[in-house]
Amino acid sequence: MSSRLVMRGMIAFYIFLFFAYLFGPLLVMGITAFNTPSYPQAYPFEAFTLNWFVKLWNHRAMMDGIKNSIIIGLGVVAISVPVGLAAAIMMGQIYHRARSVFYLVTVSPVLTPGVIIGISTVIFWKDLMGVTDFTKAYFYKGIILAIFGQSSFVAAYCLLIIMARLQRFDRSQEEAALDLGASFPQVFWHILVPFLKPALISASVIAFLSSFENYNTTTFAILADKTLVTVLAGEVRQGTTPALSALAVVIIGLSLIGAILYEVAKRREEAAAQRMQERARLAERGEVIGAKTGLA
Amino acid sequence: MSRFFVFLLPLAVIAGFWLLSRQESKLAHDPTHKSFFQRNGTVLGIVFISLVTFWMLFLVVMPYLYMVQESFHPRLPPMKRGGPEDFLTIQQYKSFFVEPSSGDWNTLHMRAFFFSILTSVFVTFVNFAICYPLAYYMAQAGTIQKVRLLMLCLIVPYWVNEILRAFSLRLLLASKGLINQTLMGIGIIDTPIDFLGTNTGLYIGLSYAYLLIMVFPLYNAIESLDKNQIEAARDLGAPWWKIHRDVVIPYAKPGIASGCTMVFMLSAGSLAAPQFLGGPSTLWFTSIVYDFFFQAFNWPRGAAYAFILLTACIIFVLAILKLFKVSLGETIR
Repeated sequence: MSSRLVMRGMIAFYIFLFFAYLFGPLLVMGITAFNTPSYPQAYPFEAFTLNWFVKLWNHRAMMDGIKNSIIIGLGVVAISVPVGLAAAIMMGQIYHRARSVFYLVTVSPVLTPGVIIGISTVIFWKDLMGVTDFTKAYFYKGIILAIFGQSSFVAAYCLLIIMARLQRFDRSQEEAALDLGASFPQVFWHILVPFLKPALISASVIAFLSSFENYNTTTFAILADKTLVTVLAGEVRQGTTPALSALAVVIIGLSLIGAILYEVAKRREEAAAQRMQERARLAERGEVIGAKTGLA
Repeated sequence: MSRFFVFLLPLAVIAGFWLLSRQESKLAHDPTHKSFFQRNGTVLGIVFISLVTFWMLFLVVMPYLYMVQESFHPRLPPMKRGGPEDFLTIQQYKSFFVEPSSGDWNTLHMRAFFFSILTSVFVTFVNFAICYPLAYYMAQAGTIQKVRLLMLCLIVPYWVNEILRAFSLRLLLASKGLINQTLMGIGIIDTPIDFLGTNTGLYIGLSYAYLLIMVFPLYNAIESLDKNQIEAARDLGAPWWKIHRDVVIPYAKPGIASGCTMVFMLSAGSLAAPQFLGGPSTLWFTSIVYDFFFQAFNWPRGAAYAFILLTACIIFVLAILKLFKVSLGETIR
């Protein structure tokens, strides 16, 4: 019995250490965002201030970077979710031997180092866009290249997410609709897309977030433009300021809110499902009782 | 010339796919089988195929091929491209082994290369050791509510980007950082320990950045293991380490391979941690590539180095997978 207790204590201690490692640095950084010294320091805590958040808000380059990051993120979602959907549908339909080759090619960008994706995107599009002056002037831009470079691997994430849900799709639904005279686009829009909706939503969220926080690919593909992350990298290289800590606090706060909202939504959904089951069970019991007493 | 070849090769690949599908449809002759366009309708079929073709050709295959052909060219100003001096050459690859300006062995870059690979291997092992117990606990021992809470705690720091995570470690490890301040405050040391200069910061930074990449595949793999198997092993008197060695780890092998592959590849190709946490004399291989692009403006050499890195990583990963008898398809799930 006591050895069990020791084991339990050890597990708890290990989990504590793990999360201390995970959260410790972030926590310390969070404290420095509220401390007055201009070198980010957590201890000694001199005085509470919100000054660094104001500094952050007035940081022009960073605010421009955020704007670009959002544009790129939306562009990446717009390309990679449809591509991932199309690839997932094709994956389910092509022949077996071709499928494994197709699978390997489509997921290869996930395993390729981001630096290499960025380099190859720039080299390729520089020459392709350079063919005419018009394309060079209007399309050889950091934002467009960043969208292309990031989409190449984000689309593979979307493919994996959508494919996982598609595997649970009951083909007979589609066949029933076709037998009843529905056209192919109708089947696609009214049966397949609603079924895939949760996967499409989570693919969009993941696509946007991975685009937003990407550094390795973006730093090459962005050319002369700036995203939030490349501005940050420049700032960190130059030195340290508590304004960066303030930004981290904002990001952590936003993702905490997002995670909690997601959790609440999921709990509510589960509760609703449970209530439905309960009601069905009650109805069933009622029927049984009704049948027994001859009322039904 | 070679640039046109890049545009022709994908056509050959498409033709290959088409022939493959023809042959398969002949082999598996099935009168009820519908073709791709019959199944999806013509319009949607065309949309699907053009989306996937755009992705595969313009975002994945052709950029890679283009990078490779660029690495076989000499460094030239834009005016001279396509001129008589623009011939195919392996001088960029040779420069990895022999420095062209001096003719000596290029020990600087070769050492950086091996340092990057070995450090990545080391980081992969460390992360596996740190994450395996947690993944096992979450997958087999914890209650649903606890696992949910732990998951939430894992996901939140994941969305803080790499740069800020490196920055937070720098706040801890710098000579004016919290750890040194505390140690000096207590009086254990008089002069600050140089964590960043000795690369301790780099190792911690890499491990910290890719911790969660390891947890999730391990968790997914162990979660599907039937609890009864562990129970049975325990009832038959197996000690805990034997249960892990003979039951859990063999079962979770694809997940372990997947986590290790991801961490290794990400670490070998990482840019942020070496730039912000490495010592001043530390040369990381991707940083060298970065400098060729942004400081020396020698794109062909940078492309050649990038290709060397990619090839080495792929060979390394395939060798490890072969060693553990896991197929690449199982790894990426």
